Amino acid sequence: MSDNTSSNQETSHSLDNIKLPDIMTLKRLAISESGFIFDPETGHSFSVNETGMFILKALQNNQNPDQILESITDEYEVASRDAERELVDFIGQLRKQLKGIQS
Amino acid sequence: MTNQALTIAITGMNAKPDNPGPGVAVAKCLRASKHNYTLIGLGYDALDPGLYLAQYCDKGFLIPYPSAGESFLIERILQIHEEHRIDVLIPCLDAELPNFVRIKELLQEVGIKTYLPSQEQFRFRNKDRLLELAKHAGIKCPEIKSITTIEFFRDCEEKNWEFPFVVKGIFYDAQVVHNPEEGIKAFRKIAAQWGLPVLVQRFISGEEYNLTAVGDGNGNLLDPVMMKKMALTDKGKAWAGVSIHDHVLLQASQSLVREIQWKGPLEVEVMKDEDGEYQLIEINPRFPAWIYLSAGSGKNLPESLVELAMDQYNATKKPAELGKIFIRYAEETIIDISEFESVVMQGSRI
Repeated sequence: MSDNTSSNQETSHSLDNIKLPDIMTLKRLAISESGFIFDPETGHSFSVNETGMFILKALQNNQNPDQILESITDEYEVASRDAERELVDFIGQLRKQLKGIQS
Repeated sequence: MTNQALTIAITGMNAKPDNPGPGVAVAKCLRASKHNYTLIGLGYDALDPGLYLAQYCDKGFLIPYPSAGESFLIERILQIHEEHRIDVLIPCLDAELPNFVRIKELLQEVGIKTYLPSQEQFRFRNKDRLLELAKHAGIKCPEIKSITTIEFFRDCEEKNWEFPFVVKGIFYDAQVVHNPEEGIKAFRKIAAQWGLPVLVQRFISGEEYNLTAVGDGNGNLLDPVMMKKMALTDKGKAWAGVSIHDHVLLQASQSLVREIQWKGPLEVEVMKDEDGEYQLIEINPRFPAWIYLSAGSGKNLPESLVELAMDQYNATKKPAELGKIFIRYAEETIIDISEFESVVMQGSRI
């Protein structure tokens, strides 16, 4: 998912309403250190950047969006509002990728 | 194992880049086997490349076209068998399978083993019975209809058959058509090559997932390998694909094999739409052209088939490795005119 941080939307997002990908789907993903992701059930593959990989691993570990947002702002020098927007965008694109829809 | 001397004959040596027969890929798998086989390629045309590819086939022979009937086929196979002592024969093409299914007992009597379904099992998986089979598999199936004249295309939309849909041969070939003209053209081409009836099937959009395996004749599906197509040829054939594990496809295939008590190789093709709904598209009674992926993912299915035919099968193979990708490519082989002459005049490679 090479364009996982490309949105310029300025609207605020609510993490409470965000729909996460199915946990079983997330758990089966093979994540390479290069950021290459392979779904062994659907055969889909895509790539994510460092932040995307950080989020994906957190999702695999059953962290909720609020916990992930906190981890991102702890780990990276980024404003909470920007991080939240990136997180919402990323999860939305991730759901599309896992369904095989090219964004 | 005492497979040193086993001789395996394989048909389907045609290998046009955009739509190859499975024979060369089956031979490649057997070459990659832990056993040392002598491989014989059986082709229908003097330009079938597999006949000349010594790296895969030690010998190459022409056999009569399926339309010539089973008596010519038997005569030719026995002729080759007399000289080269075939242990196992693997038919790889849809159109020839009815003949081989009919003569398998006779072949067995002379010492040529096959691993094929009964005539009844074979008929049960006919393309025009897909709907019935899909019910057994617990998945949907796009409506399919047998037609015998081009009149169907003239008023099909009035009969709720709206374009696009798929025109298919009873044995092989499929073409998506978008209007009556394309439909009539496809009908004529397919009927000329594969005979009547011609089938029309509702068009389903989505992603295609395929499974290949061997049925043991007792309802068990052995050594399944599943593949998601990553790139297609103009004919919709896989140009690249990746090994996957799809539990719905596996369960559907297991149900089918249990229901038909299928014996022999098979390929199950399903389409998964955007809502994740599965539709059964086809069941092929042979290995697919992408069978080399089975060897590449650690489940050498042609090897399993030979072991089953020889009563030497050991069901201890690990599951297929996931994430193995095949990419098909075209390659030229150079032969001397004398080799071609030998195939044309003698029906065998020098």
